[in-house]
Amino acid sequence: MLSLPERHTDFVLAVTGPDWVPLLAYLVAGACFILALRGLSSPESSRRGNLTGMLGMTIAVVTTLATHQLASLWEIGIAILVGGGIGLVTARRIQMTAMPQLVAAFHSLVGMAAVLVGAAAFLNPSAFGIVDRSGAILAVSRIEMGLGVAIGAITFSGSVIAFLKLNGNMSGKPILLPARHWINLAVGLAILFFLYGFFDSASPLDFWTLAALSFAIGFLLIVPIGGADMPVVISMLNSYSGWAAAAMGFTLHNTAMIITGALVGSSGAILSYIMCKAMNRSFISVIAGGFGAVASGGEAAAIDRPYKRGSAEDAAFLMSQADKVIIVPGYGMAVSQAQHALREMADQLKKEGVEVKYAIHPVAGRMPGHMNVLLAEANVPYDEVFELEDINSEFATADVAFVIGANDVTNPAAKTDKSSPIYGMPVLDVEKARTVLFVKRSMGGVGYAGVDNELFYRDNTMMLLADAKKMVEEIVKSLG
Amino acid sequence: MDFISILSIFVLSCFVGYYVVWSVTPSLHTPLMSVTNAISSVIVVGALIAAATAGSVQSKWLGLVAVALASVNIFGGFAVTQRMLSMYKKRER
Repeated sequence: MLSLPERHTDFVLAVTGPDWVPLLAYLVAGACFILALRGLSSPESSRRGNLTGMLGMTIAVVTTLATHQLASLWEIGIAILVGGGIGLVTARRIQMTAMPQLVAAFHSLVGMAAVLVGAAAFLNPSAFGIVDRSGAILAVSRIEMGLGVAIGAITFSGSVIAFLKLNGNMSGKPILLPARHWINLAVGLAILFFLYGFFDSASPLDFWTLAALSFAIGFLLIVPIGGADMPVVISMLNSYSGWAAAAMGFTLHNTAMIITGALVGSSGAILSYIMCKAMNRSFISVIAGGFGAVASGGEAAAIDRPYKRGSAEDAAFLMSQADKVIIVPGYGMAVSQAQHALREMADQLKKEGVEVKYAIHPVAGRMPGHMNVLLAEANVPYDEVFELEDINSEFATADVAFVIGANDVTNPAAKTDKSSPIYGMPVLDVEKARTVLFVKRSMGGVGYAGVDNELFYRDNTMMLLADAKKMVEEIVKSLG
Repeated sequence: MDFISILSIFVLSCFVGYYVVWSVTPSLHTPLMSVTNAISSVIVVGALIAAATAGSVQSKWLGLVAVALASVNIFGGFAVTQRMLSMYKKRER
């Protein structure tokens, strides 16, 4: 890949074969990564896909090590051991409820690595073969490098904020600076200015200012975004980490990095789109931030409306008499760690001949597909778990809809009340089931969007007011 | 490789990514994110080049730190993906 005749390089290539061998190897690595994602089209093929991904990574790393003279093999070995060790231990210990934080943390590392590689390439460009005869960095490389560092820095600082918010170290409430749009605009324009400056002059001042401003705008962009929008934010940062890798791939003329960057970039973009659609939010309004800040507008009048309250025994009786029960889990279920008890309940019901299915809203968890992982961890078979569009028509034929830890995603107001902040959001049609059992800690609290749910006051709704886990355990007892 | 060849690879890969990702089942979107995390750390290639080179001490150390960060991601990302995927089981019949 460093074979262009006009390219001067004082870096000795210890190429052990013809030039095309490493190029081909990187291409194979890229193809492995495509297959890794392709494997995720079904759970059966997914594990093999993941192994293919590992193979691709091994090929990429071995190729790089084999085609470069290694001045510091020891240090590299130690860096890999330390990093890999931390990674493996974290991967083994992390709780599935904490996956969003982990993914945000991982994104920040990709971003930081991109910045560091960009900085290393800037300081020692000849090692990367991106200099002309006079030793100056090539013009096109300056743009690619500048872009890579900028996107990497935004990914890093944005992901750090996302991590702090998801991990609870920072309030999930949006933090709104006055005139933030103007500040962001100014910083954004300054970034473009210094990007051009770096392209024009390749001066260190432009380079480091560009990096610093990009770190700053990453913070500024994510700080005003509320917790409810976090699924979009981590998808978006996923996308950024991909574009950062792609930009570095352009700088290094590396096919594996470019293919991967494009894959990851598209993946994050598609997931952001899916999440936005699931919340009926436009991408622009998510970026503009502030959602969930006006939660105080909840109508006090709603609190006094009459509702039916039931006990665990009532719930157990209703469900054991049913032909078909659809369970609608939300994040609240995961918070109270009720998923294992829930699966036990489902097992009991199945023993009594009841058909049990799970209905998942795309934003049921804190990141795309989160709820599916949480249920899978509790040994719920994945072929009993259905996505919103696949199961929504079935509520009409269900005897019981068992809503646990979910709220906004079941709110019929999203279909009827144009003044509701969640109007237009796709929701699960739970109210069409003959009976709705709604597990909730108390009547006072409202959902993430801060709106009351008229489902609570319907004739066919029975409220089960208790901690989710306790309630399910009691139902299991009554069933047994 | 000239800029146009690289750009061609990039644009075509975006299309491949678009179709491949839409074919991913929604129930595996979390593993999708963790595995994309792992593979985007192929940026380790750049980090290794920087770390392996004599010439600039700063560049070497930046490279080494980047190698360590990317390694966290590569090992952690693939391992946590494998852990999640091994949880997905079919109904016993």
